[in-house]
Amino acid sequence: MTTAQMLATIAIAAAATILTRALPFIAFPAGKQTPPYIQYLGRVLPGAVFGLLVVYCLREVDVFTGMHGLPEALGVLVAGSTYLWKRNMLLSIAISTVLYMLIVNVA
Amino acid sequence: MTLPPRRRLIAAAKAAFPPTIPILAGFIFLGITCGIYAGSLGLPWWVPPLMSICIFAGSAEFVVASMLVAPFNPIQTFITVFVINARHLFYGISMLDRFRGLGRKRAYLIFGMCDETFSINYAAKVPEGIDRGWFMFFVSLFNQLYWICGCTLGAVCGTLLAVHIEGVSFAMTALFVVIFLDQWLKDGVHAGAWTGILASLGTLIVFGPDGFIIPAMVLILIVLTLTRTPVERALTAHDERGGDDA
Repeated sequence: MTTAQMLATIAIAAAATILTRALPFIAFPAGKQTPPYIQYLGRVLPGAVFGLLVVYCLREVDVFTGMHGLPEALGVLVAGSTYLWKRNMLLSIAISTVLYMLIVNVA
Repeated sequence: MTLPPRRRLIAAAKAAFPPTIPILAGFIFLGITCGIYAGSLGLPWWVPPLMSICIFAGSAEFVVASMLVAPFNPIQTFITVFVINARHLFYGISMLDRFRGLGRKRAYLIFGMCDETFSINYAAKVPEGIDRGWFMFFVSLFNQLYWICGCTLGAVCGTLLAVHIEGVSFAMTALFVVIFLDQWLKDGVHAGAWTGILASLGTLIVFGPDGFIIPAMVLILIVLTLTRTPVERALTAHDERGGDDA
């Protein structure tokens, strides 16, 4: 690929990314009433999206070989339980990440 | 748009920093990995920084790097990147109301809405007296700066750096777990959360890790559309009980 073709490829990738982020705002501009169906989706989608993102992060975990996903399971449990206990996002993320790193590096 | 006084800006920046700390750790390391990967493909040093500035979407940048060493194919690039990032469509729908009336900041907020930035901006409680628009602006900006730094470091120092610390990226997983839980606690009705988890797990088993996102999105839309009447009834009942729904 020439440098010009590289720049064009990066520009196209940038445009495609921006489109996925901006399309809802273009389709439902601020001045106009958003259809009730879209308002409904705007209310129920976030819960679904965070569920999707959790599964997305863990998609490569293989429960059949290696450590059988135990480090991930433990990390998720610790993150969740400490959050329920202290309601402190940073603390939960730090503790579970350090624990996870210890397990995968030492084990 | 009149620029708010400097002090208000600084206050918003200070308030926006703490929630981005997990991203600081995650993005620097992931960015270095992305930079090293691009270098290992033989790409020039400026490719990862340029991508981090104008694409700013982690997984897509890895794929674009591999495309840059293949024959030029703009249509395939467009479709592939659009599909990889299609989940952002859901973020926009969720943010339609929250980005209202933010003036010119809105354009950057939409541009910079990667997974992590969306999650923090959606979930964060903006402290009392802090401008919500500038808070979200700085969350987006800080996250992108971490990513640019990581990608640039990886591209320039490359294998010299060789910082491979196993498991740092678990910070991202933990972030989404905690935000999922936080959203669960705020929502009186958990139809969305259940749909998201079950549809994603189901499609992951059927389609595998590389192809489940789009099927999962379609399934989520179908389920939430078919159950709209009962779910909306539950939401209304929850609101009437004075539920505190985000």
